[in-house]
Amino acid sequence: MVQQARGGAVGRRRGVDGVDPPYLYPDYKATRLRAPKEPLIILPKTLSDTTGPAYGRGPIGELDSDLTRQHAGEPLGERIIVTGRVLNGDGRPVRNSLIEVWQANAAGRYIHKLDRHPAPLDPNFSGAGRCLTDNDGRYRFTTVKPGAYPWKNHDNSWRPAHIHFSLFGEAFRSRLITQMYFPGDPLFEFDPIFQSVGDPKAQQRMISSFDLETTEPEWALGYKFDIVLEGRNATPMENH
Amino acid sequence: MSPELTPSQTVGPFFHDALLDEDRSELVSPDHLKAIKIEGTVYDGAGDVVPDAMVEIWQANPSGRYNHPADDRHDLSLDGETFSGFGRSGTADGGKFSFVTVKPGPVHGPDGRPQAPHIMVSVFTRGLLQRVVTRIYFPDEVERNATDHVLSSIEDPAVRETLVARDEGGVLRFDIRLQGEGQTAFFEFEE
Repeated sequence: MVQQARGGAVGRRRGVDGVDPPYLYPDYKATRLRAPKEPLIILPKTLSDTTGPAYGRGPIGELDSDLTRQHAGEPLGERIIVTGRVLNGDGRPVRNSLIEVWQANAAGRYIHKLDRHPAPLDPNFSGAGRCLTDNDGRYRFTTVKPGAYPWKNHDNSWRPAHIHFSLFGEAFRSRLITQMYFPGDPLFEFDPIFQSVGDPKAQQRMISSFDLETTEPEWALGYKFDIVLEGRNATPMENH
Repeated sequence: MSPELTPSQTVGPFFHDALLDEDRSELVSPDHLKAIKIEGTVYDGAGDVVPDAMVEIWQANPSGRYNHPADDRHDLSLDGETFSGFGRSGTADGGKFSFVTVKPGPVHGPDGRPQAPHIMVSVFTRGLLQRVVTRIYFPDEVERNATDHVLSSIEDPAVRETLVARDEGGVLRFDIRLQGEGQTAFFEFEE
């Protein structure tokens, strides 16, 4: 029997309560007219959500994971390597799974036509990449560190530097879009999108860590960012 | 001990060059004999269109088979080619999204009985800190819809209706209202 969730549309209860932000978070103004307010309906587990697209696009090219080599010249900015593992709820690697990323350039400007921030575009940087995880669930991107940028949420509002991550995982229910932040950013406490995740421990899981081992001498600084998706391997998949 | 999940964050306004650089709104050719067209508009709580959303769909093939290793019940192919079951559409054109696909067959429900044919839907947009999840059901499936375990668990017929597409002369219309009067029914997953 399907039950209606209590307490309105606070958001789905991924894993432990409080992992995901609520739909309505008034400090983030755009949620006010876009957050559903009716109670969510609990969807019993079926093949419809324990299956999902493996990856939703054509072949991945070698340059797709190197955002610094997609144009004739090199982009300006601090060259970085971002790497980590994608795991499921059992801590097992999510293999051969698509990751899509996008970000602002080093000056804090997106290539998107609606970004009006008066910071320069970089003709050598588009800020979009993709790759597949390997057998250990590992991924790796080369890029430049994105800049912080202003937005119009409230007076003097700035987004902390971040890279957007889109992941499919093993099933429809494991689909996740999130943002990776950089350690020690002074803007965290002023950013309603970051703060919408109420649990400080969950907030920490969105922040990458500087990693000297990933750092390549005289080339690029390294950051590690592991991602844990909904879903366990105890699906029918394990029985075949 | 299980690792702790990574929280969701909004897709933001600037995803188009990364996520919509390839058109994935046609799961089959519009010339396909079984092709159906699904169209809709995403609205906010003020009734305004949402032109910066991304709508994704996931569905079984006409035999009711998902293209996924957890499902090996029937033939995966559609006319000898793999049917991916995945689609993605932006809403830059006045909040409108569209898909060309085939109608999925019924898949098993939690009690072993077939579910009515349906398509899983995710909506991402600026202002949604996590996606919303809904389902598209089909207007020509009155009997199966009446016994579907999800639809029949919703007591308010008006809420149930938000999950059934409307047949508008060969095009299936499925509008998505994020908030307010006539809000679409959205789901959370059973643990």
